[in-house]
Amino acid sequence: MSDKRIMVDIRGAEKDFGIVMALKGVDLTVYEGEVVLIIGPSGSGKSTLLRSINRLEALTGGQIFVDGDPLVGPEADIRKIREETGMVFQDFNLFPHKTALENISMAPMKVKGKTPEEAQAKARELLKRVGLEDREKSYPGQLSGGQKQRVAIARALAMEPKVMLFDEPTSALDPEMVKEVLDVMLDLAQEGMTMMVVSHEMGFARAAADRVVFMDEGEIVEIAPPDVIFDHAEEERTKKFLKHIL
Amino acid sequence: MAPLEKQGGTRIEVTDGALLPTRGDGRIIDSWRITIAFAILALLTLLFFAKDPYDQIFRVVIKGAPLTFGVTAGAILGSIILGLFTGLGQIARGRVLNLIAGVYVELIRGIPLLVQLIFIYFALGKFFHLNGLPAAIIALSICYGAYMGEIFRAGIQAVPKGQMEAALALGMTRGQAMRLIILPQTMKIIIPAIGNEFIAMLKDSSLVSVIALRDILRRGREHVSRTFLSLETYAVVALVYLVITLVLSKLVATMEDRMNKHE
Ligand SMILES: Nc1ncnc2c1ncn2[C@@H]1O[C@H](COP(=O)(O)OP(=O)(O)OP(=O)(O)O)[C@@H](O)[C@H]1O
Ligand SMILES: [Mg+2]
Repeated sequence: MSDKRIMVDIRGAEKDFGIVMALKGVDLTVYEGEVVLIIGPSGSGKSTLLRSINRLEALTGGQIFVDGDPLVGPEADIRKIREETGMVFQDFNLFPHKTALENISMAPMKVKGKTPEEAQAKARELLKRVGLEDREKSYPGQLSGGQKQRVAIARALAMEPKVMLFDEPTSALDPEMVKEVLDVMLDLAQEGMTMMVVSHEMGFARAAADRVVFMDEGEIVEIAPPDVIFDHAEEERTKKFLKHIL
Repeated sequence: MAPLEKQGGTRIEVTDGALLPTRGDGRIIDSWRITIAFAILALLTLLFFAKDPYDQIFRVVIKGAPLTFGVTAGAILGSIILGLFTGLGQIARGRVLNLIAGVYVELIRGIPLLVQLIFIYFALGKFFHLNGLPAAIIALSICYGAYMGEIFRAGIQAVPKGQMEAALALGMTRGQAMRLIILPQTMKIIIPAIGNEFIAMLKDSSLVSVIALRDILRRGREHVSRTFLSLETYAVVALVYLVITLVLSKLVATMEDRMNKHE
């Protein structure tokens, strides 16, 4: 791994919400093409960590580099970093007043200055890739949860990001729709996308993750490949948590 | 006052004199039907059975209707524009903008509408040499802009936070996110509230009669000073306003129901 390009470099990340310290000095390096799964109990700082990478939360200490670009400081170009990182949310956050096609083609036009033709052609291609080529005219309200999340993934991919961040992408879905979303994510992983995924889907972890990060109380407790961490975790806290969810 | 149910369970309270849309409760006899029947019957009785002097009064008074509608429509437009900037100012990240918008709202809320109207009207006349109609429209816009600002603020805050986050995560600027993502959703949320403001404004526009604009009420007052038929004239004036407002409030309610159905 070490000869690979570093995509996300988190160094001593701290986030103090005032009442709680959500991140207490997190270090994590994610390489190009790597899939990193983040697990941990509720309130352990998983979302805060992901949201710090595109500065939906501003760090109160430490630094993060995305493909070499700093997130904090005078040289930080937050919009460039946001263009380079795609984010998928638990509750989709599709734009309800826009069709599936418009949801996907909007940012490339408005942010990257693509022509409507280019953006729509790309959006159609992405819709096809997530298996929704027949739904381009549908509004989010007319789609099922699984379909919404697939459109949301396509929307993030349309910006041609270098890293994709997923915050519990299947937690709001009915069980029968989880697979269709995970399948899209698996494809993406196999195509070499760099991914950071907060999820407790163990099947996905074993199939796609290169490493699993266990967080607790704002710290990284343990990092290991999925088979190692699930079957032979070293830390007591990790074992206890895994016993809980497995 | 009954709140309007909004998306995501958020509520927008409309206060400050806005008439809430009249919605039937599904039965044949509801309060709206009784009132409109009463108003129309009373007006028809006066016009066709009592006739003199009511038909004369009606013809005089109704000539003021175009002006009443004109002032109302103009001032609604003005107050929407002002309200948009006030609402944005209230939620902006700059402290100075918050304060400017906040002081404007406090100021307007603290002075009776009639007093504001007269003051702004004379100030406009003195410093900008504006007359009659434009001055009245601007004055009402300034007064209602503050309430409209509250509606915009509530409407913007009723859009789920994830919408702004998704837009920012895609690389949009705050301005783009506001313009392309948040405000279109805000408009949909606040259209019923704006309908209510329109009705309230139509009623409050009668206040411009004190500043020499010949609206419905002014025509009535002029008629009284000519004929001394005060009770008869004001009865007609009241009935005309009542019919207009009842019809409009039904329209707003119907429009709102339609919009809810199309969700
Ligand atoms: N905006 C906020 N203001 C104050 N505290 C916050 C805020 N967001 C998160 N926190 C706190 O920070 C801590 C970490 O929260 P975070 O959402 O990152 O946890 P999580 O691991 O994603 O949990 P979950 O599994 O429930 O999503 C929690 O204690 C939470 O209450
Ligand atoms: Mg979370």
